[in-house]
Amino acid sequence: MTEQAAPLVPLVQLTGIGKSYGTIRALHGVDLAVNAGEVSCVLGDNGAGKSTLIKIVTGLHRHTEGEFRIDGEPVRPSSPREPLARGIAAVYQDLATVTLMPVWRNFWLGSELTRGRGPFKRLDIDRMKRTADEALRAMGIALDDLSQPVGSLSGGQRQSVAIARAVHFGARVLILDEPTAALGVKQSGVVLKYIAAARERGLGVVFITHNPHHAYMVGDHFTVLRLGTVELSAPRAEVTLEELTLHMAGGAELAALKHELARVTGVDTGQLPEANEGSTEGSTSTERK
Amino acid sequence: MTAAAVPSLPRRALSRPEMGALIGALAVYVLFWAVAPSFRQLDSLSTVLYQSSTLGIMGLAVALLMIGGEFDLSAGVAVTSSALTASMVAFQFTLNVWSGVLVALALSLAIGAFNGFLLVRTKLPSFLVTLGTFLMLQGLNLAITKAVTGNVATDSIRDMDGFDQARNVFSATIGIGGTDIRVTVLWWLGFAALASWVLLRTPYGNWIFAVGGNQDSARAVGVPVTFVKISLFMLVGFAAWFVGMHQLFAFNTMQSGGGVGNELLYIAAAVIGGCLLTGGYGSIAGPVIGAFLFGMVSQGIVYADWDPDWFMFFLGAMLLLATLLNLYVRKQATRRRRT
Ligand SMILES: Nc1ncnc2c1ncn2[C@@H]1O[C@H](COP(=O)(O)OP(=O)(O)O)[C@@H](O)[C@H]1O
Ligand SMILES: [Mg+2]
Repeated sequence: MTEQAAPLVPLVQLTGIGKSYGTIRALHGVDLAVNAGEVSCVLGDNGAGKSTLIKIVTGLHRHTEGEFRIDGEPVRPSSPREPLARGIAAVYQDLATVTLMPVWRNFWLGSELTRGRGPFKRLDIDRMKRTADEALRAMGIALDDLSQPVGSLSGGQRQSVAIARAVHFGARVLILDEPTAALGVKQSGVVLKYIAAARERGLGVVFITHNPHHAYMVGDHFTVLRLGTVELSAPRAEVTLEELTLHMAGGAELAALKHELARVTGVDTGQLPEANEGSTEGSTSTERK
Repeated sequence: MTAAAVPSLPRRALSRPEMGALIGALAVYVLFWAVAPSFRQLDSLSTVLYQSSTLGIMGLAVALLMIGGEFDLSAGVAVTSSALTASMVAFQFTLNVWSGVLVALALSLAIGAFNGFLLVRTKLPSFLVTLGTFLMLQGLNLAITKAVTGNVATDSIRDMDGFDQARNVFSATIGIGGTDIRVTVLWWLGFAALASWVLLRTPYGNWIFAVGGNQDSARAVGVPVTFVKISLFMLVGFAAWFVGMHQLFAFNTMQSGGGVGNELLYIAAAVIGGCLLTGGYGSIAGPVIGAFLFGMVSQGIVYADWDPDWFMFFLGAMLLLATLLNLYVRKQATRRRRT
């Protein structure tokens, strides 16, 4: 791992990044910077390219345009091993954990502790269980049986285990792909709490979501993707929740849709929210911290 | 972890993958014990164990591969390919049989590596890839044997150098406790102990579960998925070699058309033993019990003087029952314990 980077060099920096899957151009000209102790939110509708973006950062896919720097140094990882070794850990929406495996095995997967040597090298099961339990408790996750399959945990707990795991393994950058997408309100709160906890520990967090409310609760910087390009990129000080929601929903399109609907008899557009008021969910909450 | 949090014993027992097979094996044992007096003798047990062992050795490797998320349809004919190779190499070049044995080992590992390599390269389902290898090997077994020996079987290697020694390793009979035990039984149980240790106690074992359970998750946390998959196919190759050598040194000669259909029995033994067909779940005790069930049924029918034609029917029924039982057990075990 490289020594402490100068404060002005972001942990991860993407400049003009693009990615094509064959003829499908999933991303184009995307910039993103992740700093230590900051939560950088990436928002966008389904298919906007959020997952593609972070799969580039974690080394699962290789970018086809632009530049990817870790600690200021250009990289082109061909597998997750290099980013992992440099402290970039990801918790994926679809692949956070192996559900049929016990919690402690999941926790150590890929970084198993062993004792003995040569042909007698074996898992140090006691230490693995004990350390996993300690690490989970340090993040505020108390499970009473680490031998239960991860699949028997609730969605929020599952994500939390994956987050605690990444933090434990010395991640400097934690990437979360829609960790709250499949969760209820309470479970989402649990996950948001761990995101804040990770930031407190000085990690850079990339929080991917299509929920602007969740993003706004913890985010320091917001990037909205739209059809593979950047629609909005702004620090928290320069954007309100309403603006964020508007960009998320594709404000211009919404206005056009409203205009179209107005010409269809039977639709009372007066009841629809104003596009420039933002929220598609009719939310009137304008409170900001 | 606190002691109070450990789940109750019955719950733990129920969550073992091999529970279904164990219950089935007990039931079948009791059945034949009741209907077939000769089944009760120690010699019969030894015969049953011998029957189980050759299937069981392959079953172990196939189970590990299945836990790792893949099948190998070529496993049945691969046994024959290995034995044919050893036999023909030794006979045609009039070498010590051990040379043939080593060439066969290299070939078997290469077949496994080929299957694995093709799988990870093409990302095709293993069903397709190994179906291809299965058909190719079946054809090669027949064609090459005929071309080399002019016959459908290989020449006997009974009188060649090293034969007795090799027979002692692969096919000896040992008197233990008043009965004769085939050495394959000891190999089988020894391999099973080793496999169980590897599966549960080593990082590699952890990786097998992970690549079978969720390959992409495993890859994302740095598990060398390609290595695990290819090595598992090579392990099946190793088992095929071992069983092939047993057959060769037990019968001195090898029929070129053999082995077809056995791949399904290996898979069935693993599935009856509670390995999840889709990967990520299973144990070693499971396929051991699964193979033992096969041995009991195939011999039990003989001892009970039933028409052996019923064997396949029995197997099928057992497979279905065990699978349903496993499904039920797994549901109980992975049911969410808290909301
Ligand atoms: N492996 C792939 N092969 C081909 N196209 C893909 C692949 N992954 C994603 N895409 C396409 O790229 C676009 C962006 O997808 P994705 O990054 O998953 O979006 P999001 O996570 O924002 O919903 C979509 O149009 C999707 O169909
Ligand atoms: Mg996505």
